[in-house]
Amino acid sequence: MSYLEAQGRGGLLSWLSSTDHKRIALLYLFLLVPLFWVAVSLGFAMRLKHLFAGDFLMSAQTYNALFTVHGVIMIFMFVIPGLPAVFGNFFLPILIGARDVSFPRLNLLSWYFFAAGAALALLSLFTGRGAPDTGWTFYVPFSLRTGTNVPLAVSAAFVLGLSSILTGLNFITTTHRMRAPGMTWHRMPLFVWALYATGWIQVLVTPIIGITLVLVILERLFGIGVFDPAKGGDPLLYQHLFWIYSHPAVYIMIVPAMGAVTEILPTFARRTIFGYRAIAYSSIAIAALGSIVWAHHMFTSGMSDLAGVIFSLFTFLVAVPSAIKVFNWTATLYKGSIDMQPPMLFALAFVFLFCIGGLTGIIQGALGLNIHLHDTYWIVGHFHYVMFGGTGFAFFAALLYWFPKMFGRMVEPKPVFIAWGLMFAGFNLLYGAFLLLGGMGMPRRYYAHLPQFHPGHLAATVGSWLLVAGLLVLFGSLLRALRSGRRAEDDPWGGKTLEWRIPSPPPAENFAEVPVIDAAPYAYNPGRRS
Amino acid sequence: MEREQGHVVEYAVLLRVWAALLVLTALLLAASRLSPALAVLALLTLTPLKAWLVLYFFMHLRYEGLLLKGMVLTALSTLLVFIGMLFLDIGFR
Repeated sequence: MSYLEAQGRGGLLSWLSSTDHKRIALLYLFLLVPLFWVAVSLGFAMRLKHLFAGDFLMSAQTYNALFTVHGVIMIFMFVIPGLPAVFGNFFLPILIGARDVSFPRLNLLSWYFFAAGAALALLSLFTGRGAPDTGWTFYVPFSLRTGTNVPLAVSAAFVLGLSSILTGLNFITTTHRMRAPGMTWHRMPLFVWALYATGWIQVLVTPIIGITLVLVILERLFGIGVFDPAKGGDPLLYQHLFWIYSHPAVYIMIVPAMGAVTEILPTFARRTIFGYRAIAYSSIAIAALGSIVWAHHMFTSGMSDLAGVIFSLFTFLVAVPSAIKVFNWTATLYKGSIDMQPPMLFALAFVFLFCIGGLTGIIQGALGLNIHLHDTYWIVGHFHYVMFGGTGFAFFAALLYWFPKMFGRMVEPKPVFIAWGLMFAGFNLLYGAFLLLGGMGMPRRYYAHLPQFHPGHLAATVGSWLLVAGLLVLFGSLLRALRSGRRAEDDPWGGKTLEWRIPSPPPAENFAEVPVIDAAPYAYNPGRRS
Repeated sequence: MEREQGHVVEYAVLLRVWAALLVLTALLLAASRLSPALAVLALLTLTPLKAWLVLYFFMHLRYEGLLLKGMVLTALSTLLVFIGMLFLDIGFR
């Protein structure tokens, strides 16, 4: 009996009280998807506004609220939890041969914190004196002075952070304590390595944003002066504290995406992963180096020159482990017997788009160029290439790859190919135009734009239509597959990791007998070292 | 097995640690009255020491394995790196 049917009590209550990691993963998925669509709609509306240079569709204040809420929902409620909370929860225990995570009840509590945080964030839109208008960064002093509902939005981010810490803690403990006999560190699938590295980032840096957000609330309520120069405080300290979390948070978003892609490429190239250890350790290196580059967001803020030089250097260095992954993925594909199924197509799109996102990141990491590019559409384009082109496409790749295992149904490939085409074309038109607009000097977060930027904005808006059309086709295919998709076999893709050795969908405790592991994963080429 | 059974720490040890914490708190207070620079120095050195005493004795880290000790050390080292790197800006602005 599968996890979808198991357990005595039926109905919603059995889901809301379940400590089964797979059910909790689906609880996250069912919350994340509507939130994703809310944020997509807000982004879509912002692009529609730029069909015209001046007043159109909404007021400037509404526009400010839209980009704030779009950012808060996408980042804190979709991209950060997306891969770890959904696919990490579902597959981490299975991939290491365990029956559940270390702390199943804590896992459920994490979901409740997440749901509460999401509810608070949505509540902040409709209560108080209007939706927050600070941008997702909540920079002081504006976030202290604006009359909009910043305290509630900040509280929401705090609660969401708590959920993230507990999930990270659970993943670290599970990886250490719950591995099946014979599942040594170097026999773990690389998605597990990625989740392990992500777990450490979550545990080490999320408390810092929590404390920082509490300070914002205390500053607003009691004027304690931590960020107020008139009282001996330092407004730049807020930016430091915010980015000490929020830059590594980018790696919370991208490292699990890299892990998922690392699972997909060998399966559809029918090749052992190239450079297993290099990929595994590069996840740890990204987690470590990515935690000490935060101030590259502040090159124009007035911090010391010495700090600027050192943070710029570290920014260049963090490209090295990321490049290691890209080279190893490419080497895995070389001479592979490539089967271009939908998950593979999305995974390859990830590699391409992530490269553009990563390389544009190096460009803006240079101190001189950063002065020109800071706070322009270039930054927005770069960020979306990494977060949507990277994590977003990887999320869909992972969803398509593991959908047969999670739901026991196959997704019809043809509409997904169409969706991919629309998404890929629309994405590059939209965010490619952003890069060009930024290079030309279009500032970000501006309600109106000058005539010389209009062609770029027009192209970006048309791109957003294609992108959303592709997303609609994709989600339509997934819903159809859920309702009436062909039954999935246990191993429809010919995968070699543990999840493909159990039924689709898996039984309640995953394994009738805990497996004994005697080989490395991705054993496609017998006799070759992985 | 030994770890799973837990440890009973003698009252004498707990009292000595408590006394040490009180002394360190008194030193912190004294430093804050002498000069702001000394107060910052004392906060950065004595507070981690106090935290370490709490972790080591009251939270029984002393009786844990190397893995857990290493993990706690990683967290504290990370904090140290963050504070150190903050001074790259604040110290040279």
